[in-house]
Amino acid sequence: MSKSVELMKTLTLSTALVAVTATLALAQENPAPSRDGGFGLGRAALPEEVAAWDIDIRPDGQGLPVGSGDVWTGEELYIDNCAVCHGDFGEAVGRWPVLAGGFGTLDGDDPHKTIGSYWPYLSTVWDYVHRAMPYGAAQSLSDDEVYAITAYLMYLNNMVDDDFELSNENFLEVPMPNEDAFFMDDREATELAVFSGEPCMENCAESIEITARAAVLNVTPETEEEAAAEPEAVVTPAAEEEVVEVAAEPEAPAAPDPELVAAGEGLWRQCASCHQIGEGAVSRVGPMLNNTYGAPVASHDGFRYSPAFMEAQAAGMVWDDEALTAYLLDPRGYIPGNRMAFRGLRSEEDAAALIAYIRAEGGDYE
Amino acid sequence: MTDTPKFTQSRRQFLAGAAVATGAAATGKLVHAQAAGPDPAITEMQPWTQYLGAGVDAAPYGMPSPHEAHVVRRNVEWLTADTVSSVNFTPLHELEGIITPNGLCFERHHSGVAEIDPGQHRLMINGLVDTPLVFTMEDLMRFPRENRTYFLECAANSGMEWRGSQLNGCQFTHGMIHNVVYTGIPLRLLLEEAGVKTNGTWILPEGADASGMTRSIPMEKALDDCMVATHMNGERLRPEQGYPVRLVVPGWEGNMWVKWLRRIEVGDAPWHHREETSKYTDLFSDGQARRFTWEMDAKSVITNPSPQAPITHGPGPTVLTGVAWSGRGTIPRVDVTLDGGINWHRARMSGPSFDKSMHRFYFEFDWDGRPLLLQSRAHDSTGYVQPTKDQLREIRGVNSIYHNNGIQTWAINERGEAENVEVG
Repeated sequence: MSKSVELMKTLTLSTALVAVTATLALAQENPAPSRDGGFGLGRAALPEEVAAWDIDIRPDGQGLPVGSGDVWTGEELYIDNCAVCHGDFGEAVGRWPVLAGGFGTLDGDDPHKTIGSYWPYLSTVWDYVHRAMPYGAAQSLSDDEVYAITAYLMYLNNMVDDDFELSNENFLEVPMPNEDAFFMDDREATELAVFSGEPCMENCAESIEITARAAVLNVTPETEEEAAAEPEAVVTPAAEEEVVEVAAEPEAPAAPDPELVAAGEGLWRQCASCHQIGEGAVSRVGPMLNNTYGAPVASHDGFRYSPAFMEAQAAGMVWDDEALTAYLLDPRGYIPGNRMAFRGLRSEEDAAALIAYIRAEGGDYE
Repeated sequence: MTDTPKFTQSRRQFLAGAAVATGAAATGKLVHAQAAGPDPAITEMQPWTQYLGAGVDAAPYGMPSPHEAHVVRRNVEWLTADTVSSVNFTPLHELEGIITPNGLCFERHHSGVAEIDPGQHRLMINGLVDTPLVFTMEDLMRFPRENRTYFLECAANSGMEWRGSQLNGCQFTHGMIHNVVYTGIPLRLLLEEAGVKTNGTWILPEGADASGMTRSIPMEKALDDCMVATHMNGERLRPEQGYPVRLVVPGWEGNMWVKWLRRIEVGDAPWHHREETSKYTDLFSDGQARRFTWEMDAKSVITNPSPQAPITHGPGPTVLTGVAWSGRGTIPRVDVTLDGGINWHRARMSGPSFDKSMHRFYFEFDWDGRPLLLQSRAHDSTGYVQPTKDQLREIRGVNSIYHNNGIQTWAINERGEAENVEVG
């Protein structure tokens, strides 16, 4: 009942605003004409096309596929696919979103807006995990896997016990703690009138004092003043110098095939969501990949590798051509239990290209 | 900057200062500066005067002068975990007029820039329609199209300032905005083509990027002024702005302007997806949260002088300028104060005034070399007047993140340097 009232309020508000703005919009444009019966452009969408794209889920459960998953299965999937950013218990790594906890913090100084403490609908979790996660491998989870991860997230937020299984059948049964804490935009009633009317123009205060300054915090990024003062030359005939440099290097490794490297650069985009390489590279979601080719597995200090990687390292595994190729083609099959959220490259040619790119960018172990 | 003296100025002191400055200007003829010797910029031959420049094809797609290399979007690294799901900021302090150049329009991605082959792009309309339809880009270009200028402001613009002054520069405090001429199809025509059923009261636009961005939009708005845009400022959308096609939702928060638009579903209730529940809802101090805060309230900011654009010329004629906008209409008026709000002056509006578009204002004055507290205050065509930050805090608290349209203050010291401050 309350939802339909909310909806009606929204529609009334929108209609009123439309009426106000429609006349003003005419100043910019003579409206493009409609045509009775349409233009006959486009074609009818096939049912299987709609099914392929229409994956959205609503709070009333509309759109949920048949399926189920339990907390324990969800935990395993979560550790493999989610924990690298969101932490083993939803506490988050770095500035990635916190997913669990935060109860009782919303009215405090440091609110934690988690699934349990803030999100009003469980359907949002299912829909978002299914459409956009894991980060960098969207829509790679099966429906049952999404049910399981959702169940685990409910468990992390104390909404269910560890023997819980979530399915399309019981999806609407567990209430979300914060559902009732949302209210519709009420600015028209609470703000617009207060913030309208002729303001004071003269002698509006006896004195004015500074009460806060940005310089105290000093968190503004450095702006490169020198960029303004010394613009880079437009054309630098550096090609000749480069040739000389390469020739002067006595033991320079054979230059990688530029075409292969270029192909690898295109493939690297799939890796770049999580990995960095080259000058200034640091470990983020995934380890940085400088000094990796030819190195022992899990060799970058400061990166929290999965137990599976640490085992591989203990076993003396080295990232040679063969190992890298096999891993890049089937990450989960080659080192089971590792945390890289990537399904694998399509071909050995792609693997060769990507390895060439990694090596060209500074990936060789020194 | 740290040795700036504490600024306290009473009304009487300010009026006295103003009188002195005016008196000096009124006493006699203008005196121009005298050069100590000939200017080598004039007396010596410059290379560009003597030698031939590049030919016509040296830059098939032209770029700004290398002397403008500092005019770029910038991000604030500590704000987000990763640049793939992050934001950068339009350099407002370097821009004039009302149009944002395409390469300087701020970016906000949730899963990076989708690089789409337009030949493989489709737009589907499904849900509560008579005929679910699929359009190619070629199909779309056969619909009648319109040209309209709109600002797009991220709901989180100025979001870092809720608890007090934080970032020193209007690029960072106000740069999640751009203003662009869109060429696009009225969304109404595409919905009419599919035939919306009578119970179709909401739409869900969806992006083709790896975040699958979705937002619920009421049908009234969809049929009113939303556009499916293919071009910005005369050329195709840039990849980072949604190439080959994006939704334009005039006056409403930027997150709803779904980029890389691949599908529009018609439904009979909102979907309450992640970006309209977990994000883009306004948390109040009592723990309650306001949802569906779509319209962007009227707002303005002085872009020059500002922390990244200090006064470098000393006392005398000074041009103050800035931008203002409202999600509910036009901006007929902006007020400016030099003394933190004791006395206000009407700024001079300049340039086209379009509905839900950015407006440019100027205020020219003779700076007397003393500290200033600069603010601007926008009035929109509905009579709404931009509030102070404290007025907003009184109603909403400081945990909101979104929709901070409070009045911005820049403190200018005797050297002309500017700082982001708050006053009371």
